[in-house]
Amino acid sequence: MSDNLDKLTVKQYQKISDSNSGKSNIVKNCIMAFIFGGLICTIAQGYSDLLASKPVVRVIGILDEKSIGALTVLFMVFLGSLLTALNVYDCIGTVAGAGSIVPITGFANSVVSPAMEYRSEGLILGVGAQMFQVAGPVLVYGTASSVLVGLIYYLVKI
Amino acid sequence: MAVKFGKQSYKLSGRIYINETACIVGPREKEGPLGEYFDQVEREDYGEDTWEKGEAHYIEATFNKLMGKISLDTKQIDCVFSGDLLNQCMASAIGLKNSNVPFLGLYGACSTMAESMLCASLCMDSNAMTDTIAITSSNFCSAEKQYRFPLELGGQRTPTSQWTVTASGAVYLSCNKSGAVEELKPYIESVTIGKIENYKINDVNNMGAVMAPACASTILSHLRDLSRTPDYYDLILTGDLGYTGSKILLEIMSMHGNDISTRHNDCGKMIFDSASQDTKSGGSGCGCAAAVFTSYIYKLLKNLNLRRVLFVATGALISPVMVKQGEDLLAISHGISIEI
Repeated sequence: MSDNLDKLTVKQYQKISDSNSGKSNIVKNCIMAFIFGGLICTIAQGYSDLLASKPVVRVIGILDEKSIGALTVLFMVFLGSLLTALNVYDCIGTVAGAGSIVPITGFANSVVSPAMEYRSEGLILGVGAQMFQVAGPVLVYGTASSVLVGLIYYLVKI
Repeated sequence: MAVKFGKQSYKLSGRIYINETACIVGPREKEGPLGEYFDQVEREDYGEDTWEKGEAHYIEATFNKLMGKISLDTKQIDCVFSGDLLNQCMASAIGLKNSNVPFLGLYGACSTMAESMLCASLCMDSNAMTDTIAITSSNFCSAEKQYRFPLELGGQRTPTSQWTVTASGAVYLSCNKSGAVEELKPYIESVTIGKIENYKINDVNNMGAVMAPACASTILSHLRDLSRTPDYYDLILTGDLGYTGSKILLEIMSMHGNDISTRHNDCGKMIFDSASQDTKSGGSGCGCAAAVFTSYIYKLLKNLNLRRVLFVATGALISPVMVKQGEDLLAISHGISIEI
């Protein structure tokens, strides 16, 4: 701080800044996240039920629960990627907040959006190097913590 | 030669006329309250295949537009002072590579328009130069990519966040007034070089709070150095504090015995209609102050609706690396007094 602002200390300023800075509406954001997050999960459930429905079974045969789960995840990742590519997912995110970030469609969005953004810097140094800019930490620490939890589970079982 | 007053201010001995201006904005800016005052509207990518090239195209087109308006040969321009928000002032370099004019690249974040006009006017008042151009640009898409997240990543903005303006604005400065003899032209009367301020606000989504102390510091210094009161000016026009920063600025100013609430306005507040355009705390980026000044404010000055304006553009001196390494967020502000 300079001598021009002799009446303003850093401590005082934190208070002034806090009192003038608007806060996010947590209640509204939570409600929107609940609605949109639920909607995305309902779509996934609908797709999963469709795979187990009679007309579909007649065409593709009976699928076990694991395969239905995997196909549903694939479908949702495809949906998230498609909506990202069509410039729609970010608009949903503005309203839905965590509701569209937390489901797996949000994960797809976090991989596809940097891939699109860095396409201009080439396939290797652009798309290849930057694709996991947002999702990378989730993958690294997700994998690491799953190993750790697995180890604890193994030891507990012994 | 400019004369130094106090610690930070310089009164220009000659008149540095702002003879002409030009500006090109993006679609969202055109839809805003000042839409009718801008020269031209272009898509955010300006038809290029990358955001960076798009921003460079904005600079090039604005430069050419200004040159077309003043009908001068580029040989007669002594120097172009240019800046933008991209790494190493990329947009300025690419945009002006074919201009064939001596080039000085500047970085002052959102304060760059005032910085470029300030540097140009001091160079001209030393009699080294007679005709210069000051130009800046910013682009919502390239700025998001550089400072925040990929454009298509879905997420919410906080109420204090600001929306980077897609625009480029340029002024033609000259020691000689152009146009008809009786026509009045605004001129730069004095300048104040700001100091870096650090009030330890570490929220990258609250640039208004980061910048407000720097802006207050420069205004207070300007008034004290030149023994003026705020009522000397018809308008104290700050650059890009937005709604949050403007409120804080007024509070700091009254703490220091200067009430500027009746004559203050902010480019970040003026360029968008925050309620209908969902731009939260307002506009930002060095194209914001440039676009508002070169269009609306310049017109008010020329029509004598305003006679004395203190233009104080303020920027946050941050880089994504600084943020990741936990450095404090710094801010700077430069002031230019414009009269007619």
